[in-house]
Amino acid sequence: MKRTLWPLIAFMILVVFLGIGLTKDPRKLPSPFIGKPAPAFTLPQLHQLNKTFSPKDMLGKVWILNVWASWCVSCRAEHHVLNSLIQNNKVNLIGLNYKDQVADARRWLSRYGDPYQVSVSDVEGLAGIDWGVYGVPETFVMDKKGIVRLKHTGPVTNKDITEEIIPLIKMLEKE
Amino acid sequence: MKGLLIVLTLLFSLSTLNAAVELKQFKNAEQEQRYKNIIDELRCLVCQNQNLADSNAGLAQDLRKQVHKMILAGDDDEAIFDYMVTRYGDFVLYRPPFKATTFLLWVGPFIIFALGLFVLIRFIRQRKKVVVTELNSGDKEKLKQLLNEDKEQS
Repeated sequence: MKRTLWPLIAFMILVVFLGIGLTKDPRKLPSPFIGKPAPAFTLPQLHQLNKTFSPKDMLGKVWILNVWASWCVSCRAEHHVLNSLIQNNKVNLIGLNYKDQVADARRWLSRYGDPYQVSVSDVEGLAGIDWGVYGVPETFVMDKKGIVRLKHTGPVTNKDITEEIIPLIKMLEKE
Repeated sequence: MKGLLIVLTLLFSLSTLNAAVELKQFKNAEQEQRYKNIIDELRCLVCQNQNLADSNAGLAQDLRKQVHKMILAGDDDEAIFDYMVTRYGDFVLYRPPFKATTFLLWVGPFIIFALGLFVLIRFIRQRKKVVVTELNSGDKEKLKQLLNEDKEQS
């Protein structure tokens, strides 16, 4: 090998690594919750504020927690995906309305459709901190024992649903 | 014109100053210092290249509030960092711990430095090996002539 070629080879290796770096989304961080119990909270339900919801209520079921807010623009893009998820599949979808006003959230759901079995109102964002929420929308999948099995940051697409979330839920249902 | 410029400059500097200065009460100066150190060391996950102290994002405000609350409640620094790491992972720390997954992050720069040093040393050594050929008598004569010409001119 000619010695003059070495700098070029080193440069190409660098380009390949930088290229791989470009395809990765820096917002996608490994979640420390995978394989751990879902963080507990007890918060009022959005539609019946005198009733509460807690992740414990879902023990024995595979369920999805979707964190959203009416001020979150990409949640709107995600919303029709969730609506069709509910229409085409039998899943337990819980919404966590994060740092939002009750009236705004209700108006948003009546305008764009309400795919959630239960909506939880987290006005202060306290449950959000416990769940490590940093970029709404975020979506978590829990198994029957209440262990977090998947976290998706950013809007869920139809591709994510069919290739990742539905297969995982089917697998967890059998456990 | 100059007055207007001064006013504008002041206005803009105020808006940046406001970013992280919220009034927080502490029991003593030591607690306040700890608060400042901790929010300097924690990353804001919304705007990933800022720490909690610099960021004005909603999440950063909430996390500052949480740090403040924990300091007042008597939690030590370790407990506060643990609290953040269990929720947001090692990424929240500007100084991540040394372990298998962060090995390359810590050691990588040194490996690259060593590699560079190795290449440099090899390069320098090879350059020294350039063969110096002795001038033969004819060349020496020519050199003398040239030097003498130079002297006569000046």
